[in-house]
Amino acid sequence: MEHTSQGIIYGINGPVVKVRGRQAFQMLEMVLVGHDRLIGEVIRVLENETIVQVYENTTGLKPGEPVVSTGKPLTVKLGPGIMGNIFDGIERPLARIADSTGIFIKRGSIMDNLDRDKLWEVKILAEPGDYVKQGEIIAEVKETESVNHKIMVPPNIEGEITEAVCDGLYNIDQVIVKVKDGKQIHSLTLVQEWPVREPRPYCHRLPLDIPLITGQRVIDTLFPMSKGGAAAIPGGFGTGKTLTQHQLAKWANADIIVYVGCGERGNEITEVLEDFPKLIDPRSGRPLMERTVLIGNTSNMPVAAREASIYTGITLAEYYRDMGYDVAVMADSTSRWAEALREISGRLEEMPAEEGFPAYLPSRLSEFYERAGRVENYNGTKGSVSIIGAVSPQGGDFSEPVTQNTKRFIRCFWALDKALAHTRHYPAVNWINSYSEYTDRLEDWYSENADPEFMDKKTEISRILQEEGKLLDIVKLIGSDILPEEQKLVLEMAKVIRQGFLQQNAYHEQDTYVPIQKQYLMMDSILRVGTKAAGLVALGIPVSVIRRSGVFEELIRMKYNIPNDDLNSFDGLNNKTERILDEIGSDYRASGRVKEV
Amino acid sequence: MNVEYMGLKEISGPLVVIDGVKDASFEEMVEITVGKNKRLGRIIQIEGELCVIQVFEGTRGISLENTHTRLLGKPLKMPLSMELLGRVMDGKGRPVDGLGEIYPEKSWDVNGEPINPVMREYPRNFIQTGISSIDGLTTLIRGQKLPVFSGSGLSHNQLAVQIVKQAKIEDTEGAGFAIVFAAMGVKHDVAEYFRESFQKSGVLDRVVMFLNLANDPVVERIVTPRCALTAAEYLAYEKNMHVLVIMTDMTSYAEALREISSSKGEIPSRKGYPGYLYSDMASIYERAGMVKGCRGSITQIPILTMPNDDITHPVPDLTGYITEGQVVLDRSLSSKGIYPPINILPSLSRLMKDGIGEGHTREDHPQVANQLFASYARVQEVKALASVIGEEELSEIDRLYMNFGREFEENFIAQDFSENRNIDDTLDLGWTLLRLLPVSELDRLSPEIIEKYYKDDSEDGDF
Repeated sequence: MEHTSQGIIYGINGPVVKVRGRQAFQMLEMVLVGHDRLIGEVIRVLENETIVQVYENTTGLKPGEPVVSTGKPLTVKLGPGIMGNIFDGIERPLARIADSTGIFIKRGSIMDNLDRDKLWEVKILAEPGDYVKQGEIIAEVKETESVNHKIMVPPNIEGEITEAVCDGLYNIDQVIVKVKDGKQIHSLTLVQEWPVREPRPYCHRLPLDIPLITGQRVIDTLFPMSKGGAAAIPGGFGTGKTLTQHQLAKWANADIIVYVGCGERGNEITEVLEDFPKLIDPRSGRPLMERTVLIGNTSNMPVAAREASIYTGITLAEYYRDMGYDVAVMADSTSRWAEALREISGRLEEMPAEEGFPAYLPSRLSEFYERAGRVENYNGTKGSVSIIGAVSPQGGDFSEPVTQNTKRFIRCFWALDKALAHTRHYPAVNWINSYSEYTDRLEDWYSENADPEFMDKKTEISRILQEEGKLLDIVKLIGSDILPEEQKLVLEMAKVIRQGFLQQNAYHEQDTYVPIQKQYLMMDSILRVGTKAAGLVALGIPVSVIRRSGVFEELIRMKYNIPNDDLNSFDGLNNKTERILDEIGSDYRASGRVKEV
Repeated sequence: MNVEYMGLKEISGPLVVIDGVKDASFEEMVEITVGKNKRLGRIIQIEGELCVIQVFEGTRGISLENTHTRLLGKPLKMPLSMELLGRVMDGKGRPVDGLGEIYPEKSWDVNGEPINPVMREYPRNFIQTGISSIDGLTTLIRGQKLPVFSGSGLSHNQLAVQIVKQAKIEDTEGAGFAIVFAAMGVKHDVAEYFRESFQKSGVLDRVVMFLNLANDPVVERIVTPRCALTAAEYLAYEKNMHVLVIMTDMTSYAEALREISSSKGEIPSRKGYPGYLYSDMASIYERAGMVKGCRGSITQIPILTMPNDDITHPVPDLTGYITEGQVVLDRSLSSKGIYPPINILPSLSRLMKDGIGEGHTREDHPQVANQLFASYARVQEVKALASVIGEEELSEIDRLYMNFGREFEENFIAQDFSENRNIDDTLDLGWTLLRLLPVSELDRLSPEIIEKYYKDDSEDGDF
């Protein structure tokens, strides 16, 4: 056997195994533990002892069993066969595990990460004599109907192509191109390997001035996200983190979605597996599953693999970014990942910092979120990795360490609110506590692609909501009847905005995804009524009269009544609301009850 | 395997340490003989030849010299057969009803194994419990884990019994049903109350009871839910039965976990609970569900008491993050004499959305539920205002809300312990209440639904 370092198990404590004996393990090296060859990773090296975290259940391990080195860090295989698939935290294919072990996941089930038998139709783009550098595209494979998988020269390889096969059917083990790099000849297949904890290289970063359009009004309009940005969705249980993540995974205008179910419910993964193949991507017209990769390490699967799942997900994302795709990573939930760190740290008896979390929690979080970005790749394409991390704060309290440290490394904060969730206002994004620091950068894009007045209208909408916040403090004390009519109108308009605009029904065919143009027209219709109604109130007409006219209900129902593909109907709506308000005005004038202005 | 180790190195709370052990494996069971009686233990940490063992029956009466210990060479297993039905076991899964041992058809490791998410079947089948606030607003779905968050002195036990009594657990295709009841650290009379109730409703021969009572050893409490769920998995996945698992009280379970963790000298996280409380509870709750290729299912109703009624306490908090919703009981409703005192606003059923509506319950169900939630949330705002300015000063519409709130609590939430309402009754009742409000306030209902249901008051003729 080529593996030289070997040790024997000395102690076992949950997923943490102490190894002694002849050993020369490297830090973060992948090792095989025990007779069942469980996958583990070296996390501490001492003078006469090595500590390994094991990615599988350690029940039944015995002291004295061998631990064998593999000589390489924890890596993933990158190649055709990833897309549309579901893997566990260390890129083992769950569907194939199910074929061999049935309902339950048994341990020691070492599998090939990618299907080695499947033949892919490969189109070769390189010729012998070409000089290629890292990242250069040498072949193409139609991985799914939606995704064209580009085979690239792996990082750190450069040289002249000496041999290339013809177009045809190949499996992932067959050599397609040989590259002469100095004296060394590299045989390239459809697959490359990459250590998960190391970011993949790129040429340089690009400014984050293109939005990730999600079709969710509260996000796109009020708190927009950039392609290549990092966002957090914190919220106590039952506030709809997972629902929001699912909505983003469905409708965000990324080319590729990597959905990491990290320490969450098994049924949520199952739901994605059942829903996504049936849902149609509005842009490509193909099933959403064709552009989605799932990493499922549920809460009852081994905790060390949960820690790795986040890195596995982001590495897959970076690989597709290198091909020139915009990739969005949904990590649900980063708190479970932080808890996995805490659990392992506790078993290593490390000195804890806040609430038992290790002192390196902030640095791990920053390393992760910094892997987001929009970049120019070595092959000249542009791609991005956007990260959207859910945070599950203990007790719903945003002052806990994971939320606080996450806030330092993200620039888009969508705070979910328990009170909103209780009234079934979804998405329960609180418009007072949330923010997006990308807004300024995205202003130009919105002016050019949505409407020149988009940002002005958005500011006006935010202003009304802020004002409502202040007024509600007063209303709580004295009731709304005593407010002056102008302020009552603000409350009415804010209600329209909350119910007609911010609330969005994920289960309604039209409302689940709303194009940016419609979002603008909805704001426009609301503000038109607001201005006109303010004029009537100035004439002395009570808000209750305007409310009785039903004009506000017209606005609240426009999200259902006006289909996404018939935006001209907004003219009809605007005419109708204008007519209603005009009638109120003329009735009042006729009755002579109008205040002289 | 037949080597016996004499004496111990250390005793600390429920844990003992033995030195010089050869060939021990992690989580292996051991048998400790103290004088004439035998106790069971489990190896929870190995360090060279040192083994840390948790003793299920506790360490009382053990000294460093008076024991000898034998390794059993296997993890804790649970004997399984159809004979389990109707039996009473202790917290470790051994019969205590004097009817003899179980002759096992299968013998499974109680720790179970994680279900492969690929093999799960997404739960969609509505279970009618006959309780309006659950059926209408936090619908229970077959294969769901829906805990009851309660407080000391509230009527969680009655609620659980009423669910057992009324729930339509079995399906139309004739798969049988069974109830698995796990008591962890509850008082003897509580366990007795459940047994009597099972007897009264005539299901006792379909119940498997696992009892770890308040005065039983704490360490045993760690394996009680695992034994119960192993039995449930056997009945569901081997015998294709629909199994309802009731586990009470999960807070006692978590406290037992904390006690062992502190004896081991582990670093505590919040409120002294170990950092792995989430993963540990997940390994219990995630054993609910339905799987492909099996007709059976496991539906869990864990009951937990929130210390000091605090929903942010780690046990309810982490439970809420794992389970698919929660039913929250409320002291102020209870003191108004409302049974079941379910506070619907923090209550939630995550699986409800796919198990209600057309083809499952009735087409108007999702919208009615949504509207009732929204309107009742508004009632709370109005109540807060009324407590400041007085009910007299409220606007006309706010007074309508006050009235709606009262009627809703007294007629919809409240129902008799023996009252079994079917889903149509529940939804019609919801409409009767919504008609107390003007149409313009009903913003969660579509015009078609309003057209169809809001007006035909007279034809239905209820109330």
